[in-house]
Amino acid sequence: MTELQLAEMKRFSAAGKEFAFLIPSSSVIGLDDLTGALLDGFKDGPRSPSAVLESLMPRFSHDDLVEGLSELHQIGAVTAPERAVTIPPYRDTDVAPLSTLVLNVTNKCNLSCKYCYEYGEDKLSSPAATRFMDEATACESVEFLLKRGANLPRLTLTFFGGETLLNFKVVKTTVEYARRRAREAGKPIDFSLTTNATLLTEEIIQFLTENHVGVTISIDGPKELQDRFRTFSNGAGSYDQILPRIRSLLKNHRSRPVGARVTLTSQVMDVIRIFDHLTDDIGFYEVGFAPVTTSANTLYSIGNSGFDSMLDQFTKLGQRYLEKAIKGEYLGFSNMTDQLQEIHTGVTKTYACGAGLGLLGVSPAGDIALCHRFVDSPDHKLGNIRTGIDEDRRIEFNKRTHLSTKAECHTCWVRGMCSGGCYHEAQVRYGDIGHANLHYCDWIRGWIDVCLHTYAEIAENNPSFFDRFDERRGELK
Amino acid sequence: MRHIRAVNRKAQRIEQLMTANGDVYAMYQGPQGGAQGPRFPMGCSLVFSPGWEVDSSGGTAGLCQPVERDLYDCYITCFWPAQVPDHLNNYPDWTKKCGAAAKDWRNIDLVFP
Repeated sequence: MTELQLAEMKRFSAAGKEFAFLIPSSSVIGLDDLTGALLDGFKDGPRSPSAVLESLMPRFSHDDLVEGLSELHQIGAVTAPERAVTIPPYRDTDVAPLSTLVLNVTNKCNLSCKYCYEYGEDKLSSPAATRFMDEATACESVEFLLKRGANLPRLTLTFFGGETLLNFKVVKTTVEYARRRAREAGKPIDFSLTTNATLLTEEIIQFLTENHVGVTISIDGPKELQDRFRTFSNGAGSYDQILPRIRSLLKNHRSRPVGARVTLTSQVMDVIRIFDHLTDDIGFYEVGFAPVTTSANTLYSIGNSGFDSMLDQFTKLGQRYLEKAIKGEYLGFSNMTDQLQEIHTGVTKTYACGAGLGLLGVSPAGDIALCHRFVDSPDHKLGNIRTGIDEDRRIEFNKRTHLSTKAECHTCWVRGMCSGGCYHEAQVRYGDIGHANLHYCDWIRGWIDVCLHTYAEIAENNPSFFDRFDERRGELK
Repeated sequence: MRHIRAVNRKAQRIEQLMTANGDVYAMYQGPQGGAQGPRFPMGCSLVFSPGWEVDSSGGTAGLCQPVERDLYDCYITCFWPAQVPDHLNNYPDWTKKCGAAAKDWRNIDLVFP
């Protein structure tokens, strides 16, 4: 007789109820006593459904059991053994529509942050002849985005660096050009920009406000933490320089929420203090944290105990997020929002991110890269904005980064959301964009587990909280 | 669904794809009148289950499941217009001697009601 078995799943309880996260589909389902007992009946491996039903007959009626099993089967929680889902195979995508283009308008920077992946010891880029993007290249990039994203309802143009505002002149003309072209093409374009805030002026702030440019500020927290790594070339800290400029930005730029983006290192790991400073003292709407990208042997590299501490503090901040969410309020902890969004949607990614698919980076000279982090890296060039994308090369990159090539991920329960992690991080750490980022697996699993519980708690107590997720868009890191 | 709650949006989408009244008995009876959307996914309606088909060379050797696997599709997992014993009430052990369909299918015998 045909047997059934459990699909890959993670069962958990939250808000006093039982849930299951179905790994192949990233569905979150709530279980009752009966469906929970049915799943228990299959926990030791494939069994005939009738044997499981019989074993539960004293507790539940036959009809209810049949109905429950049918539901479990239909939602994909139990399955015939030969249909147990495996890893989706790689398939060529003809032309991936481009939704986001990141213009590295300059590769120069006026800060000398000690952990910088662009200039530090982990850099991939070779010295480039062109240091600043010119207007012609920027405008051609806009045309490239409009053409390659023609089938998408909205497009995003992001300005990045180096320090982006060192080339504000080109940012300004490009935004004006893109707005005009977007109108003509009937295609809305959103703008965003990342900056270290040292060069913000009243004029720039006014421009960003009037043009609804989303701004992300790279900042590491209170003065002594910010000044530890984010220094000028003479070693002086940048906090005093940026604080008044950020305050002015936050006061005047009301058209889009302004976010902060923090780089965590083994020395700067005081997540909660940083968060409170940036939100309460300075007034950022959202704060996102990311561990520094580095090879394992730098002094600021985060080791296992660092990741444990990070998870512990993220969990505490997540608890505050949950308490607010239940009351219908929002805590601007964007790591949690991002993850809840993925759980809410039920994403099953076979690529860790959109780099080389829906997102590309452009160097000051117009060379196309997998993403903004690979700009000016000769090994990761995908073509030029004038001559187009080398599709064979893109396909080669896509193949190498597809989940199916990352054997270590194939039994992991968070593979549909992590999918091996950042390609740039993998390149720096392992010298291979297609390598899974094994150094933070435990951290990622721990964090997604926290978020899964938080998700279920909010879903039970205040499901309307998730309505806002439809509006939200991600920003660059 | 009465026993499971679809909590996130993905689960809700899967639920929408399912028919509301898909109990296992209905599964064996096949679609009943009218358009009902995708029905019971245990068998052939949602999941491609090669068997009666041929492979790219016109034979059956290259199918990803043995053709004998179809016996099961007739027997338990979906509606198929073939005469096999019913496994629910009268012949629950019909395929007991058939561990691996491709190898042991000859062990499946006739039944005499």
